[in-house]
Amino acid sequence: MFFKLKASLYALCVMLLLATNMAHAELVAIPNLKTRVTDLTQTLSAEQQGHLEAKLAAFEQKKGSQIAVFILPSTQPEDIAQYAIRVAEQWKIGREKVDDGLIVLIAKDDRKIRIEVGYGLEGAIPDLTAKRVINEIISPKFKQGDYFGGLDAGLDKLIGLVDGEPLPAPGSAAASGKDLFELLPLFFIGAFVGGMILRGMFGTFFGSTLNGGLIGALVWIFGAALGTVALVAIFAFIFTLAMGGRGINGYGGMPMGGGGWSGGGNSNSWGGGGGGDFGGGGASGDW
Amino acid sequence: MQTFWKKLLPLALLLSLSGCGYNAFQSLDEEAKASWAEVLNQYQRRADLVPNLVETVKGYAAHEQEVLTDVANARSKVGSMQVTPELLNDPEAFAKFQAAQGQLTGALSRLMAVAENYPNLKADQGFRDLQAQLEGTENRVTVARNRYIETIKEFNIAVRSFPNNLTAMMFGYKTKPSFTVENEKAISVTPKVDFGGDKK
Repeated sequence: MFFKLKASLYALCVMLLLATNMAHAELVAIPNLKTRVTDLTQTLSAEQQGHLEAKLAAFEQKKGSQIAVFILPSTQPEDIAQYAIRVAEQWKIGREKVDDGLIVLIAKDDRKIRIEVGYGLEGAIPDLTAKRVINEIISPKFKQGDYFGGLDAGLDKLIGLVDGEPLPAPGSAAASGKDLFELLPLFFIGAFVGGMILRGMFGTFFGSTLNGGLIGALVWIFGAALGTVALVAIFAFIFTLAMGGRGINGYGGMPMGGGGWSGGGNSNSWGGGGGGDFGGGGASGDW
Repeated sequence: MQTFWKKLLPLALLLSLSGCGYNAFQSLDEEAKASWAEVLNQYQRRADLVPNLVETVKGYAAHEQEVLTDVANARSKVGSMQVTPELLNDPEAFAKFQAAQGQLTGALSRLMAVAENYPNLKADQGFRDLQAQLEGTENRVTVARNRYIETIKEFNIAVRSFPNNLTAMMFGYKTKPSFTVENEKAISVTPKVDFGGDKK
């Protein structure tokens, strides 16, 4: 009886899972971000695309903000706003923490326009302004069938708005020391094992001193500030000294396998989205 | 060696604690709070728009008393709610909060539907601005809610799965309430607030 119930419950779960997966499958897929201007409808000529591309690239160089244009046939069954936020979450246009990304999305067959504004630009381009750019600049040209003209003029306006916003200069990325804290347990173990070995080899005091120095150096390598290094070193020294016992004799040393981080190599062309966040700001419109 | 192991024990416990999700709870809990704050923030923004919106509509359609009162009532109900971070850990209060916000959502979409019948109102620049702002805010609410749901999912999975559930039990972490399907339905109707106010 119980087993039967469990089995049917399980079947139900599987069915639900399938149903949700199917519902997801119907959504329009988001292409990978390769260029600033993505046109799946062949609306723009290669030349026009190049023109917009160059304009946006020049602006990113100058100001640091990233702007992307994406033209696709339709976002159905999703609302253009829902689709746009998914695009934003996948592409991550704009710089990390500055969140100065902007996406202009055109669903050609739906006749819908959306300007998705990154968190950092919500001041420069409030929803109202985005709406006006759509209604007063882009939409009238689209109505005449002038897609390139509408986009070009709209982008000029948006670039002007972003340009007026004080943003961090491009290329000034701040390194974060966040990883250090995640490695803390490792340092503990390192201090512990290293302390035992070094005490065994060099005696209590010198072993402790050595261990303190080594741990300090290790922390320093991982990018900690000098004050932190000193604190950690002193802590490791006291820790080893207070450990008690005789330590382990006769250990020559232990090969420490260092796990390497493989840095992501940037391709020669555009590096793609910089990690900017979006919160659903912007506006939608039609033509 | 005896004392040595005695000193090792707390360290081992400390490490195993972080292994059993204690740290994960801390960061997920904070994340949940942050995403909840964002939801509140956007709801607040919406509530702030309502008085202006009501005033503007009144200027053109004062006799639509029923809808206007509905909105005003829902707005004051939302405004009178005590919203504290502890709401997150109280499913009942959470449901009440949701109901109130859902009511405002419904009242607002009815108001916008009624506005469709008044060409002068639709042409009013102030109204169109408010409409754009409302639309943007509703969209932000949706995004914030979706992110909250994602965060809570992660948190709840962490609380329930082994061996984290032991740590959760020890420190009193319980699953947090998320938005229900009914609410989801009410909300997903709202984007229709934009009844193509710009189609001339």
